[in-house]
Amino acid sequence: MKTRNLALATLAGAVLCSTALTAAEPVKVGFVYVSPVGDAGWTYQHDLGRKQMEAALKGQVTTKFIENVPEGADAERIIRQLAQDGNQIIFTTSFGYMNPTEKVSKTFPKVTFFHATGYKSGANMGIYNARFYEGRYLNGVIAGKMSKTNVAGYVAAFPIPEVVMGINAFARGMKSVNPKAEVRVIWVNSWFDPGKEREAAMTLIAQGADMITHHTDSTAVVQAAEEKHKEKGTWAFSYHSDMAKYGPTAQLSGTTHVWGEFYIRTIKEVLDKKWKGTNVWGGMKEGMIQLAPMSKSVPADLQKQIVKLEGEIKTGKLHPFAGPVVDQEGKERVAKGKNMSDSDMNAMNYYVQGVASAFPKN
Amino acid sequence: MGLNFISSILFATVVAGTPLIIVALGELVTEKAGVLNLGAEGTMSVGAVAAFAVAHHTGNPFLGILAGMGAGILMSLLFGISALTLMANQVASGLALSIFGVGLSAFIGKPYESVALASVEPIRIPLLHKIPLFGPALFEQQGLVYFSWVLIVLVAWFLYRTKAGLVLRAVGESPVSAHSIGYGVVKIRYQAVLFGGAMAGIGGAFMSVFYTPMWVEGMVAGRGWIALSLVVFATWRPARVMIGAYLFGGCMIAQMFVQGSGVRINIPAQALSAMPYAATVLVLVLISRNRSTIRLNSPASLGQTFLPDA
Repeated sequence: MKTRNLALATLAGAVLCSTALTAAEPVKVGFVYVSPVGDAGWTYQHDLGRKQMEAALKGQVTTKFIENVPEGADAERIIRQLAQDGNQIIFTTSFGYMNPTEKVSKTFPKVTFFHATGYKSGANMGIYNARFYEGRYLNGVIAGKMSKTNVAGYVAAFPIPEVVMGINAFARGMKSVNPKAEVRVIWVNSWFDPGKEREAAMTLIAQGADMITHHTDSTAVVQAAEEKHKEKGTWAFSYHSDMAKYGPTAQLSGTTHVWGEFYIRTIKEVLDKKWKGTNVWGGMKEGMIQLAPMSKSVPADLQKQIVKLEGEIKTGKLHPFAGPVVDQEGKERVAKGKNMSDSDMNAMNYYVQGVASAFPKN
Repeated sequence: MGLNFISSILFATVVAGTPLIIVALGELVTEKAGVLNLGAEGTMSVGAVAAFAVAHHTGNPFLGILAGMGAGILMSLLFGISALTLMANQVASGLALSIFGVGLSAFIGKPYESVALASVEPIRIPLLHKIPLFGPALFEQQGLVYFSWVLIVLVAWFLYRTKAGLVLRAVGESPVSAHSIGYGVVKIRYQAVLFGGAMAGIGGAFMSVFYTPMWVEGMVAGRGWIALSLVVFATWRPARVMIGAYLFGGCMIAQMFVQGSGVRINIPAQALSAMPYAATVLVLVLISRNRSTIRLNSPASLGQTFLPDA
């Protein structure tokens, strides 16, 4: 794919030059991925978005991606190389690319950079992220309604605000329909270790959790739930991607990232010279977060309720962190009648009520 | 904590320790012959993907194990050619094999990333698996778990109770002496290296076909390196390898049970995750702290290139 695109681009360039530049040359767009594209997960969703964008802007753009780029010094080299190769728009899709992207963006003022999930921006560097907590909340509502043990298990990677936000949103969703609900968290301290993720899921299931979800990158947790479904009645919610293929019976729903529309919109803005710096944090309203299709095991009236709540999230009537938000210690974090601010959400370092585990202090 | 919890912890501990035992015992035999093969991580990865591919196409997990073993042997053959025949530096050859294997497995595995494999039913030993507490952990396991126990006994018996084992250890202690009384040092070392590769391949097969029935790049996730260090910390003793592997697996599972119990304890999750490593090293260092036994057990020529004519 990569080399073919590159060859096509070169070919297209050559043809265009020989015809004395009658048409505009397609703009080159580069993507930097933190892990292999694979079949499911964070990078896979970005690549789906890239393909969708490429198809929609056919003739206007050519794309290229570099996968499995470690965060850190190597990333800067790769980003710089993409800019030098004539890519005019570059997307860097992992938190750790923030500083390298910023650095390179200063030396290439004519190139437009977009960095996912960070907080630094500039004249030619935009930020984008997704409000996945909206999907988590709705998953929590389904879990709260359908759990028989009132315990949900959550396999999580690292205790950073982004992950904590998801756990809290899930717990609030669950608690909103089931006062007895509790969420238990196991930190595996790795984004990607299928063996550990599976053991964590199995541990939670053995300790009574009948609802399982994860904020890690493999499909192991959904598979573990599928395996235990018959014996223990375990259900699962997928993350990043729809993993129904790995949990055909056990997966009830999930939270998925959809980047395509955002990529199309943003690139059009840049091409039309209408782009003026962005900090996009899009959710269900913008279509950047979607629920994985609910399985037929979710009762029809609950499905209806979820669709209704989804509508309310889109209109802004329902906010997963609408006050009162009370943390584990009983301290009120957001007063009644107010919604939590974006900056407070991005700095979340406590569990809300409904999460049973202790918050991992550093 | 009820009996059920303890039973689940024991069960999961045995499962988590199994790939480590198999891979570490293979490496132990290799190192006893005086060869340091650091390629376990890469060999496991290639074994895992080969096993997965064959198990997927044939639908037979047993053939998957064989494929993993075969792939492991091929990988270690590469190491042998480099380190034994061409006499390249063993450390460098092994590291190269690890890096190469991880990359190669990702390359071969691309088409299999979207494939899910049905999980394999465990082998239940009649009646015994119903024993409370220990039953499921000891008698309701995958075939390779039983294999790992047989392997411990076999390796210990081979090394310390057979002539071939004695010769192998002699080659590891003093290749020059072994050579001078007519033993084919390079040939014996090749056999040891291939055995180590076969075991690493089987360990990989256990990961991708039985433990988490799937293939994804990087799924071995450092277990090859853990197995390598287990051999050293266990001072090249098979039984201690087993203790170390179960201790490591047990601590990992136990810390998860503590986290998942919903009981609030204020220990950072990072510290809990580091615990298996710390505990395993500590315990193995304590039981093997006698300096003279370390010297007795560690192969004297480990990592040194042998030139038959020197």
